[in-house]
Amino acid sequence: MRRSTVVITCPEVCSYVFREVLTLWLEMVGSSQLENANPLIYQRSGDRQVTAQDEDEELHDRIDDREIFDLIRSINDPEHPLSLEELNVVEEIRVKANDEESFVSVEFTPTIPHCSMATLIGLSIKVKLLRSLPERFKVDVHITPGTHASEHAVNKQLADKERVAAALENSHLLEVVNQCLSARS
Amino acid sequence: MKDALTLLTRVTAHPNSRCWFLAWDPSGTLLASCGGDKIIRIWGKEDGSWVCKSVLSEGHQRTVRKVAWSPCGNYLASASFDATTCIWMKKKEDFEVVTTLEGHENEVKSVAWAPSGNLLATCSRDKSVWVWEVDEEEEYECVSVLNSHTQDVKHVAWHPHQELLASASYDDSVKLYREEEDDWVCCATLEGHTSTVWSLAFDQNGEQLATCSDDKTVRIWRQIKTGEEQDGGKRDPSWKCVCTLTGYHTRTVYDVSWSHLTGSLATACGDNAIRIFEEDPGSDPTQPTFSLTAHMPRAHSQDVNCIAWHPKEPSLLASCSDDGEMAFWQYQRPE
Repeated sequence: MRRSTVVITCPEVCSYVFREVLTLWLEMVGSSQLENANPLIYQRSGDRQVTAQDEDEELHDRIDDREIFDLIRSINDPEHPLSLEELNVVEEIRVKANDEESFVSVEFTPTIPHCSMATLIGLSIKVKLLRSLPERFKVDVHITPGTHASEHAVNKQLADKERVAAALENSHLLEVVNQCLSARS
Repeated sequence: MKDALTLLTRVTAHPNSRCWFLAWDPSGTLLASCGGDKIIRIWGKEDGSWVCKSVLSEGHQRTVRKVAWSPCGNYLASASFDATTCIWMKKKEDFEVVTTLEGHENEVKSVAWAPSGNLLATCSRDKSVWVWEVDEEEEYECVSVLNSHTQDVKHVAWHPHQELLASASYDDSVKLYREEEDDWVCCATLEGHTSTVWSLAFDQNGEQLATCSDDKTVRIWRQIKTGEEQDGGKRDPSWKCVCTLTGYHTRTVYDVSWSHLTGSLATACGDNAIRIFEEDPGSDPTQPTFSLTAHMPRAHSQDVNCIAWHPKEPSLLASCSDDGEMAFWQYQRPE
């Protein structure tokens, strides 16, 4: 079961770090050479248990850690036909949601410390949450401390809303992000 | 401090988009706004309320990040993610593109006119700052490309009276430039912020510079004149950080505006708040202290991107946000 590959023409205007990400993505799709060819695969967690409280329509459903985790766990990894949860890139314990303060924080763990896809994975998580959550939420996405060689640079890039906005105006990059966020058949 | 800042009115300026920036024209009768919808809107007051006078939608293919009025008020410059800067000429209530400045490799982040109106500066994610000269035929010529920063340049601003240019960058530094023998040179680097410097503003006489950053602080820098008498030669004045406003902002500070009428300092923050600071009376100019005199915690429902003091009315200021709205505020200075 192969995912369809995106045909991408030369991206003219996009952030250079993202352009680098995009170039590497293309090379890997083209040559089928994976950076981490044999990643450890983790078991998916079960579906959320629906409680009587959840079914009570009178109660205001607060956004909690599990709800955020459910939004991001099925995001596709850019280089493996696996979800971020199956690769342990995202874990429920690394998700913090605070509904009262309209704040969400996610830490993600690249499978290898030199993973060139880290920025793209972080961007996909950020875009998924920005699209899904009410606009009042502040969304912070970081690399799990000590798990990536360029941790500071990737975190800074992901936190810069101007650069994220500019990246998402690039249709080629947006297509790659949407691919990560699409439902797998 | 309570009730020091009062909301006058709120206007949806860029619906379903973000409002990135606001600029008052020099007379204070018009306000320009720009946003993620690629549009510039010109606002004016009619019967006590702010109405949209013109919509400038033909100039840019992508987000319009910043706008700036020429000192005469007849031209508006707009910087866009489409890598161009447009110069618009005002014709009664209409605006028409007279020139499109091309040259930056990617997103233009900011644009600013020198006080004389003969020079224009632009900056971009391509790490460069460009200085453009405007001649009598209204032709624009790039006179210098400055590559002093090592990263994305976020903002440019001119000294209020001198031909001194300042730039703020993703490389955490601020640089100052001046003309030297037909070329422009970097004459000072201001280091101290520990993350992206998003914006900067000179005070009324240009002796002090305020900078704001992703490190959640605002820094005040002061020009220190050194060694001029001793050598008899001309030496660049150095700039020293004389005050750091820390512990007030809880997220990135996106903009800072220094009132040229009162000296009040206003900030726009990613925590949705607007804050105003005043220099303490009698504080030592070489070590000034500032106090928070107004704090509006939920000024907007999302990040506040820009704050701008009215050029003529000392108590009026405008702000805009990711929620697409702009808001007008009345500030009551402490006695």
